[in-house]
Amino acid sequence: MQILLYILKRILQTIPLLIIVSIVSFFIIRLSPVDPLAELRLNPSVSKETLQRETERHGLDKPIIVQYGKWAKSFIKGDLGVTSNGELVSAKLKERIPNTLLLTVIVIFLTWVVGVPLGVAAALNWKTPFDRMMTVLTSIGMAIPSFFFAVLLLIFAVKTGWFPVGGLTCTNFNEMSLGGKILDLAHHLFLPVLVLFTISLAGLQRQMRANLLDVLDSDYVKFARAKGLSEFKVIYKHALRNAINPMITLLGFEFAGLLSGAALTEYVFQYPGLGRLILEAVLKSDINLVMASLMMGAIMLVLGNLIADILLIITDPRIRDK
Amino acid sequence: MWKDVLKQLIKDKFAFAALILLGIIYFMLLFADFIAPYTKDFSDRSMAYVPPSKIFVIDENGKFSAPYTYNYKREFDPVNLRIRYSLDRSQKHYIKFFAQGQPYKFWGVIPMKRHLITTDRNGRLFLLGTDINGRDVFSRLLFGGRISMTIGFLALFVLFPIGLLYGGIAGYFGGKTDMLMMRFAEAIMCIPSFYLLIILASILPSGMTSIQRFMLIVIILALIGWAGFARVVRGMVLSVKNQEYVQAARSIGASRLGIIVKHILPQTTSYVIVAMTLSVPGYILSESGLSFLGLGIQQPDASWGNMLKEAQEYTNILYRPWLLTPGFLIFVAVLSFNLIGDTIRDVLDPKSKVR
Repeated sequence: MQILLYILKRILQTIPLLIIVSIVSFFIIRLSPVDPLAELRLNPSVSKETLQRETERHGLDKPIIVQYGKWAKSFIKGDLGVTSNGELVSAKLKERIPNTLLLTVIVIFLTWVVGVPLGVAAALNWKTPFDRMMTVLTSIGMAIPSFFFAVLLLIFAVKTGWFPVGGLTCTNFNEMSLGGKILDLAHHLFLPVLVLFTISLAGLQRQMRANLLDVLDSDYVKFARAKGLSEFKVIYKHALRNAINPMITLLGFEFAGLLSGAALTEYVFQYPGLGRLILEAVLKSDINLVMASLMMGAIMLVLGNLIADILLIITDPRIRDK
Repeated sequence: MWKDVLKQLIKDKFAFAALILLGIIYFMLLFADFIAPYTKDFSDRSMAYVPPSKIFVIDENGKFSAPYTYNYKREFDPVNLRIRYSLDRSQKHYIKFFAQGQPYKFWGVIPMKRHLITTDRNGRLFLLGTDINGRDVFSRLLFGGRISMTIGFLALFVLFPIGLLYGGIAGYFGGKTDMLMMRFAEAIMCIPSFYLLIILASILPSGMTSIQRFMLIVIILALIGWAGFARVVRGMVLSVKNQEYVQAARSIGASRLGIIVKHILPQTTSYVIVAMTLSVPGYILSESGLSFLGLGIQQPDASWGNMLKEAQEYTNILYRPWLLTPGFLIFVAVLSFNLIGDTIRDVLDPKSKVR
């Protein structure tokens, strides 16, 4: 019961946060001297009525506070306006967000499955050649610019022909069987996942290693050892559990970092995700789309942090009892 | 404290190598005008995408000779429908050191003509090939490095005072001020930073001079990072603000801003130094990413990021791999900064073991 109450409180806390985010991003975008409807006006396939409706919806003739109010109201209703091509923004987002989520969830899963054991192994073999080698490798992983790595892999894909160049699916995706579809997706996802995986793995491995080293230094681990517990029990029952907790907080941050890192990777691989969408929207100064995808990015980030916090409440009784 | 840092930097093999490497890079950037065979804006349109010049030290008779190079000549290959370059062996161009070449202004003031390495007037010495406009990639790497390698530091000098003051005020005053200020900072942190970065960069008005654009990019980079930093500073301030020396300052009537700036913030020095060295590479990467997308430093100015822009077309890279050199330089620079940052942190923050 107490846990539920705490979770509820935590969820309620995100609402003012999102409101501030929306205000900040609204004003940033309105600071720009760009006419938000310029693209729509230039597009001959957009009718006069749509244009009129958009002008009214934005309240462009009214002061900026009123404009924000209008925007917020329609945002809550789920009406995000149209893109400069006259498509619905909400439809576009619905198509792109799952792709970005797919990419980031796979990457987070893989980095945890690989990074945590590697971090543990490095900490247990502290200052051995294995540990030193891991440190060198992670230094390299952290220093490669994501877009540069993506470009290199793209060249590799073109030269060998082993991987498709860009996109998420083949053109005949809809005709494939279920197994074929999954294989096709995996084939397309491999390179983008590899880029993001390499870059986030390094940070995660180092953090896990540092946490475990910290914990191994603490008094209760010394006590457990002094009591004569087996090394296995000391590490996996006492130390590891406490070392993992801070990692869960990091999960939220990792998600944030991935959303940002994914933007460049998506761009290079022509991957149809949120990052590339916002990039294209920015380059075309498509205000509706920029605003909506910025909010979506923020909401995803807040949700990521929320999930991490809830997980932490479940795993760490110290936070619950506070 | 600085002695320990320096000692450790020299003792650690990797960190020492990184220090030397960065030293060489910055030295070359400082004397870029002199070291580069060409000026930043030199372009030979007839020489687009020329491969790196070949330098010969053994002549056609098999004898040692002073180093010389041949120009490339452009040919159309009718079979593959491509433009090819082959060596024009009719004329040798000897490589000259400390010879007169294109005029430039050293550090923007002293007019000079001598270059470290150049060739005769009709010869072309492209050590790392040329780009689409027939500009020397090697020279532009040097000039671009000046931007890429300083922008991170400049952003930090804008960001740290803001973050320190913001975190200091929020932590010291506490209560409602603290809550409001921290909610605002958290909201900024909730926007995926790269999204915010490209949006801010895209609303920059066009038609700015390159200096203005450079300064604004610095400010944008600073706007991204201050919130997280301010939050940590606030936490540190909270932990020291009730200590006796702060109470003493208060009791002799020091102003609140004075207490924050003079007595509380200096406590955060070692954290600030560690955070600074560890965040420089992040800003180098951000700038190059931004310029890679065409939203950062604009042509004709060079930065390592915008030089890589041409690498976006993979056909380009398959035939012209020398266009990738800026990427390797970014990698080397970031790696070196990371290694040095790790070592400094180990000395200043002995509790941390992320080594």
